[in-house]
Amino acid sequence: MAAVAQLTLKDLRAGLGWRKQLDKLFVIVGLLVMIACLAILAILFLDLVRDGASRFGWDFFTSFPSRKAERAGILSAAVGTTMIMFVTALVALPVGVAAAIYLEEYAPKNWFTGIIEINVTNLAGVPSIVYGLLALGLFVYQFGLGQSVLSAGLTLALLILPIVIVATREALRSVPKAIREAAYGLGATRWEVTRDHVLPYSTGGILTGLILGLSRAIGETAPIITIGALSFIAFLPPSPVSGEFPFLNFEWLRSEFTAMPIQMFNWVSRPDQAFQANAAAAGAILLGMTLLMNALAIWIRYRFRKRINW
Amino acid sequence: MNAVPATRVAGAFSSLRFRKGRDRLVELILLLAGLVAVFTTIAIVCVLVYESSFFFRTVSIGEFLTDTMWTPLFADARYGILPLVSGTLTTTMVALLVAIPVGTTIAIYLSEFAPHRLRETVKPILELLGAVPTVVYGYFALLMVTPLLQKLIPGLPGFNMLSAGLVIGLMIVPYVATVGEDAMRAVPRYMREGSYAMGATRLQTALRVVVPGALSGIAAAYILGISRAVGETMVVAIAAGMQPQLTFNPTEPAATITAYIVQVSLGDLPHGSIGYQSIFAAGLVLMLITLVFNVIGFFLTRRFREAY
Repeated sequence: MAAVAQLTLKDLRAGLGWRKQLDKLFVIVGLLVMIACLAILAILFLDLVRDGASRFGWDFFTSFPSRKAERAGILSAAVGTTMIMFVTALVALPVGVAAAIYLEEYAPKNWFTGIIEINVTNLAGVPSIVYGLLALGLFVYQFGLGQSVLSAGLTLALLILPIVIVATREALRSVPKAIREAAYGLGATRWEVTRDHVLPYSTGGILTGLILGLSRAIGETAPIITIGALSFIAFLPPSPVSGEFPFLNFEWLRSEFTAMPIQMFNWVSRPDQAFQANAAAAGAILLGMTLLMNALAIWIRYRFRKRINW
Repeated sequence: MNAVPATRVAGAFSSLRFRKGRDRLVELILLLAGLVAVFTTIAIVCVLVYESSFFFRTVSIGEFLTDTMWTPLFADARYGILPLVSGTLTTTMVALLVAIPVGTTIAIYLSEFAPHRLRETVKPILELLGAVPTVVYGYFALLMVTPLLQKLIPGLPGFNMLSAGLVIGLMIVPYVATVGEDAMRAVPRYMREGSYAMGATRLQTALRVVVPGALSGIAAAYILGISRAVGETMVVAIAAGMQPQLTFNPTEPAATITAYIVQVSLGDLPHGSIGYQSIFAAGLVLMLITLVFNVIGFFLTRRFREAY
């Protein structure tokens, strides 16, 4: 008590003043750290675009890789990436959405459902290169799919499955209970409720999740290097559409491939300076695609949210 | 009431039976899709263990864990995992030395001090940064950060773990900051108000009430960051060099577990050779390291969990 009594108002004010100074200091430090961090990244990105600027041009998109840096392009890489993304989307969307519907609409609350949920969470934390090893052992050799577009697409589909599942579950959860109950009240079965009412309302969220997943997959390098992507491919996979019956062919699924991040990695690792401009240009394009996909996801989420008024 | 003919009632019932049957079938299909996640986990463990079992027929576990050289591709092959583990731990340490202080500061600032508008602008940007392909960060590390560091530290080799670690750190700052911020926002308002009422300033409230209250979430953010750093592949494969070396000195070149796997995959090793098997053994060690950190994280999170 004596100690407290000796604290005069002046002492308290001085202490408070000091503490308030610390407060202000932290605001400045926090702001500076954040700005510094974002600024460093911004400078790096701008530098990347500047380094690659000399290579942007029609030729860069329509040329195959070459021994000469100024003649090399990303044609085979861009086509490879497109094909892989197509397979990935085609596999990850139905499987991810179905798994999410099961967990959100059907699954009873028991230990078995718990195991599935823990698995989904854990898979999101597995290093991506481990998916590559899984695919190398399982898809490439056990299933005999080879070092193909199909193997790469399946691998990346597994990789983004947790992202699609989590996003879809969130979208399903945000549909109000009342809508389900109204449909049940009219005699709809569970699948009819899900198909006709819950899913249409969740489309925006599901698409957002898929695009975010694909934007992650498009930049993944390690897993597809592991399954054996080649970095020097001077041919295109067979075209999926042909002029004669049956018009579609699936040869391209078994084709060897390269992809944008692989091509960039290959160029970065060359000691020759001239190739580094190519790497920068490929990196800038890759970065642009990622940002574009994310912007698209945000736009879709916004559009669908505006259309729905519960 | 007899307006509905009996046949139509019967028809409705048979259609109901069809619809119910279809429901069961759909449920089964959906369940199978859900099981894909479980199968993936099982398949990962099985493939890693199965393929490494061949490796451990040639190499004893004792040699694997104690030998100080890792040269499976040389004529004089040595199979000690320690150099790869030391490379992985060193880059991870450098990354965390950047990411934890910077990420935590940003999280505290955004959650407790930043004006609403600023927070709503910065958070999506941070989340966007999480989507940048890691190979792009590898380019930064090798061609921008390393030349800069070479001016500061004379004699720094062109490939080194310092630059790779710094860039990985910068790369995981957004994860630590956004997940940490989410955890701090979840601390209820009345706890802050109680603290203000006792005469604490914002900083005191942030450090003594909000951070302890959100500790389990912050720990989760750190664990996420560590997992990212340990599993990061392209940055180290590009910028840290690919020679396995038992060293904890970040200014030296070295290989991490992940970089080794990439190095072997780039070459054309025949299926079934010892080099091919060795990447699965390395992958197994990588999984175990990630697992150890996650188990620690699980217990930390539980230990510090605060229920409101």
